[in-house]
Amino acid sequence: MIPLSHFLILGGLLFSISIAGIFLNRKNIIILLMCIELMLLAVNINFIAFSHYLGDMAGQVFVFFILTVAAAEAAIGLAILVVVFRNRRTINVQELDQLKG
Amino acid sequence: MTFEQFIFYIFATVTIVSAIGVVTMRNPVYAALFLILAFFTSAATWILLEAEFLGVVLVLVYVGAVMVLFLFVIMMLDINIDPLREGFIRYLPVGILVAVIVAAEIIIVLSSDTFNMAIPDPMPLSYSNTKALGEILYTEYVYPFELAAVILVVAIIAAISLTMRKRNDKTKRQNISEQVRVKSKDRLRIINMKSEEKQ
Repeated sequence: MIPLSHFLILGGLLFSISIAGIFLNRKNIIILLMCIELMLLAVNINFIAFSHYLGDMAGQVFVFFILTVAAAEAAIGLAILVVVFRNRRTINVQELDQLKG
Repeated sequence: MTFEQFIFYIFATVTIVSAIGVVTMRNPVYAALFLILAFFTSAATWILLEAEFLGVVLVLVYVGAVMVLFLFVIMMLDINIDPLREGFIRYLPVGILVAVIVAAEIIIVLSSDTFNMAIPDPMPLSYSNTKALGEILYTEYVYPFELAAVILVVAIIAAISLTMRKRNDKTKRQNISEQVRVKSKDRLRIINMKSEEKQ
């Protein structure tokens, strides 16, 4: 059967890929939001793997709450993105410097 | 290699490949589609870990709602991709270096004996994951559960109030209550006047 560490390594690889994604796509807010979703997914995989191997349901409850908060975060993030695009006609992070003194 | 291991490695490979697709795709629509694939295969991995309810929720909530929202926003905005890709090649070595170091550190820690736990026996067929999750969620975690509901309401209100735009008042539209309240004397005016002379 599959040892616990393989699930954890899967989560770790997903997490490091999304860190690389944040480095590579520094200018595109949409891809940055997707990388954050990917990071949350990696954390959720770890929670569920530990929940299964320790026989503790609390891990799955945490995943439930993370899913809820991540859905709310995605909705608000995309709403902010739409407002930014409406005002600036761009989603390039480099050009969002209105607050610069 | 058992069938279960075979399925796990297939799904893990697909998840990793689609995650790489998410971060390297030029077109955000393709990136969103790869993210859908990543969510779908991880849902399969979760079901392999006997978290059936959360696997189904991941497909319903993420693939069905959040990713559709992402695709909707990507297609609604008129994005010029080329300036957004600037610096991709320049930051590629640094990104790969950091990712490899993070992954190597995680793997070194995880290969220690601490994480070498005994594999639990599979649950009997009569066991219901949904029931077990519901029992703990509505008793021990009922207060956080209600807080999560409040967070969702706040998210709804925030998203609506951020994106709502005032209509300009030049458009013509019906005001139903005004139409219902109207009296005949508002519409018809009777006046006295002399009859015209015969010509």
